[in-house]
Amino acid sequence: MELNSRVPTGPLAEKWDNHCFASKLVNPANRRKFKIIVVGTGLAGASASATLAEQGYQVTSICIQDSPRRAHSIAAQGGINAAKNYQNDGDSIHRLFYDTIKGGDFRSREANVYRLAQVSNNIIDQCVAQGVPFAREYGGTLANRSFGGAQVSRTFYARGQTGQQLLLGAYSALSRQIKSGKITMLPRKEMMELVLIDGRARGIISRDIISGKLETLTADAVILATGGYGNAYFLSTNAMASNVTAAWRAHKLGAGFANPCYVQIHPTCIPVHGDYQSKLTLMSESLRNDGRVWVPKTPGDKRRPASIPEAERDYYLENKYPSFGNLVPRDVASRNAKEQCDAGKGVGSTSLAVYLDFAEAIRRDGEANILKKYGNLFQMYEKITDSNPLHEPMMIYPAVHYTMGGLWVDYNLMTTIPGLFAIGECNFSDHGANRLGASALMQGLADGYFIIANSIAGYLGSSDLKSVNTDHPQFLESQKKVHDRILKLLRSSEGGPEGKFTVDEIHKELGLLLWDHCGMARNKEGLEKALAALPAIQEKFWKKVYIPGSGNELNQSLERAGRVADFLEFAEILIHDALAREESCGCHLREESQTEEHEAKRDDANYSYVSVWEHQGEGKQPQLHKEPLTFTEVTPSQRSYK
Amino acid sequence: MKTIDLELEIWRQKDTITAGQFENYTLKSISTDMSFLEMLDVLNEKLTREGKEPVAFDHDCREGICGTCGAVVNGIAHGPEPGTTLCQLHMRHFASGDTLVIEPFRSRAFPVRKDLMVDRSALDRIIQAGGYVSVNTGGTPDGNSTPIPSATAELAMDAAACIGCGACVASCPNGAAMLFTGAKISQLCLLPQGQPERRERALAMVTTMDSEGFGNCTNERECEAVCPKGISISNIARMNREFVKASFLG
Repeated sequence: MELNSRVPTGPLAEKWDNHCFASKLVNPANRRKFKIIVVGTGLAGASASATLAEQGYQVTSICIQDSPRRAHSIAAQGGINAAKNYQNDGDSIHRLFYDTIKGGDFRSREANVYRLAQVSNNIIDQCVAQGVPFAREYGGTLANRSFGGAQVSRTFYARGQTGQQLLLGAYSALSRQIKSGKITMLPRKEMMELVLIDGRARGIISRDIISGKLETLTADAVILATGGYGNAYFLSTNAMASNVTAAWRAHKLGAGFANPCYVQIHPTCIPVHGDYQSKLTLMSESLRNDGRVWVPKTPGDKRRPASIPEAERDYYLENKYPSFGNLVPRDVASRNAKEQCDAGKGVGSTSLAVYLDFAEAIRRDGEANILKKYGNLFQMYEKITDSNPLHEPMMIYPAVHYTMGGLWVDYNLMTTIPGLFAIGECNFSDHGANRLGASALMQGLADGYFIIANSIAGYLGSSDLKSVNTDHPQFLESQKKVHDRILKLLRSSEGGPEGKFTVDEIHKELGLLLWDHCGMARNKEGLEKALAALPAIQEKFWKKVYIPGSGNELNQSLERAGRVADFLEFAEILIHDALAREESCGCHLREESQTEEHEAKRDDANYSYVSVWEHQGEGKQPQLHKEPLTFTEVTPSQRSYK
Repeated sequence: MKTIDLELEIWRQKDTITAGQFENYTLKSISTDMSFLEMLDVLNEKLTREGKEPVAFDHDCREGICGTCGAVVNGIAHGPEPGTTLCQLHMRHFASGDTLVIEPFRSRAFPVRKDLMVDRSALDRIIQAGGYVSVNTGGTPDGNSTPIPSATAELAMDAAACIGCGACVASCPNGAAMLFTGAKISQLCLLPQGQPERRERALAMVTTMDSEGFGNCTNERECEAVCPKGISISNIARMNREFVKASFLG
């Protein structure tokens, strides 16, 4: 596998402009001759589809939901970063670039991150022009707030629903192109397979969720905007349908998968409270501005929080990190919560939670002011837990939230398969080993609105593509492969449910294995144990899973089974990657690599690279390739929040 | 952990063209901490283990923002708790021995696909008719070049908070989508960016709403009562003004 990052030459600040100028273009009159498939309609997918259609390409956009407006970007709460420096507090493109690359613990590609910071300002202008109702100051200018990992105020927001408003903006642009006939929108379709002809991505096989019918779509280029793989852990803050299937199918056909072990575990989520639980809910990072995190000093103290006197509480983040206190980055806050619970000091019925206490802030600022800031979050918390944070501290625990790893892409966002692009959370490109708050929305829209169209033109303008149609033997073969796989999934269900397991039961088993051994803290022994335990779960799935119904109808159990089958295979490279990276960086803590104070210790001499996994065939060990990371503008340093 | 026992009457329908019927189920020991959808998950796991077909229902984020889930519970879209989507409704609001009648969001414009799943693509087509500002990517002015009063931005945001779940349509005796359509028309007509296409937008969206088979508003206010995001019917009044103005002024 050749890993050519295609980073343009020249000074960092000029690379993107130079690249745009050097790239091949497609003449406006010729664009309508090219067909492009975009899979997924989140921020990245919807913005890419709309932009490409505006430029004149024939776009087919598919999504798994019943409407493109429902993609999981909609659930993002906090905001979107941009280097506008509207607050005159010293922000700049260079500062946003630096904060992002440092926040990622120096494990991302300099040129990509710099470009992200450069186009961030255009995103805000674009969204305002679409009628996105961002929060405003009384004078009518755009308002900003602060987020973790930055000392400037650069986050634009629309209440606690920024993702929703940005997505509806992109959806409106998409809708306009659907109306004009330039986008064929196919909702309730799931991509089942990528089709390669002469080594290039030339189409996909999708399954209609309502009828179960398999359909083939041809294209000159395919863009995956299919999100992250957090649901491999069963419990996560991801939507129920979020999955790795499209990316995994591409991986098995030759697309390198980068840094799968970089999984962001967000510190402030509502804790697990029962084995029936289907998902976890995030409580915005902004709560840590006023909430104080604590546990009882004595392990096993089960008194109500109000009965525990001040002297018997351990405000462990404030004590351990006096300068950042409760506002340490996500990875540090998560690991410390785990450490307290492991020491027996966890609270609540499961002892897997810590308090986030607003009592002091309420005394200081008054209930009304606290409710003004966090009212909707308090309400959501109370709906789920039946406890009012005004009267009792919140209970929180870390949960899987975002995946920095993803399909390896070059500077053009093209995977190792020519003609196959990956954008948004689906790729690995910009967040290194830890993503900063309010940067996911920025990256999704940067890729979709401002980067991918240039890459697509560059690819189409420089490739000699023969026309293909769905009668091509490769399409027939791929369709048969999908058909056979569905039959294989259903095979173990013959003879009824007796002695079998449901899809969710097996998914939970996988999730627990990953959470226990490849979660917030990892070590060699645990990872090897998980790797050894995986084949038995895979075998159980293929021999004993029970899926009611058939493949030729709406069958939600079958849909889930297909995704879990891919998570089961994907888990292997996730664990391999965590095992191979014998350093700690960002979210990835290897217990063997810690400072004396139990902080993550990077090993730049040996691990300053992107891990890229290549599929070697069924039952064979995946092969690791390395893209070295070189830094010319920044000097990697050990992060300290003391 | 507190638990309750429930009797369920759930609408089962094979597909759009086959007639459906209610079927009865009993669920025991349901934790009151469960969400409504987790209760349905428990039912589906039980049905699967018994070799029966699980109940098909739409759901995704389970955080009350994607607008995918929704069913009518004991006659109320999204169930008895105000300002709550079905996924955020918790079982502590029910008592042991309760009978829950669960039906899909029924309306002429929302054909049932299976069990509790309906086709709401008509709402997408209303947006496609004009629920946007016609601006291409790139070349837009600086975000701060047009000041917008904070109160105006807030009012636009109140309308923009719509999640497109369709509860308004399901609860309306006329099957109207006026709260949904009014919310989008309001958001854009309040903001300076929406001005150039203000009239065409109102005409096109209202016309599409009618042609998709949605009914008219007779001020029942059922939509506002069930809206999980508290969208006000003042948006319908604003839409009507926009439509009348556009019709007369062209």
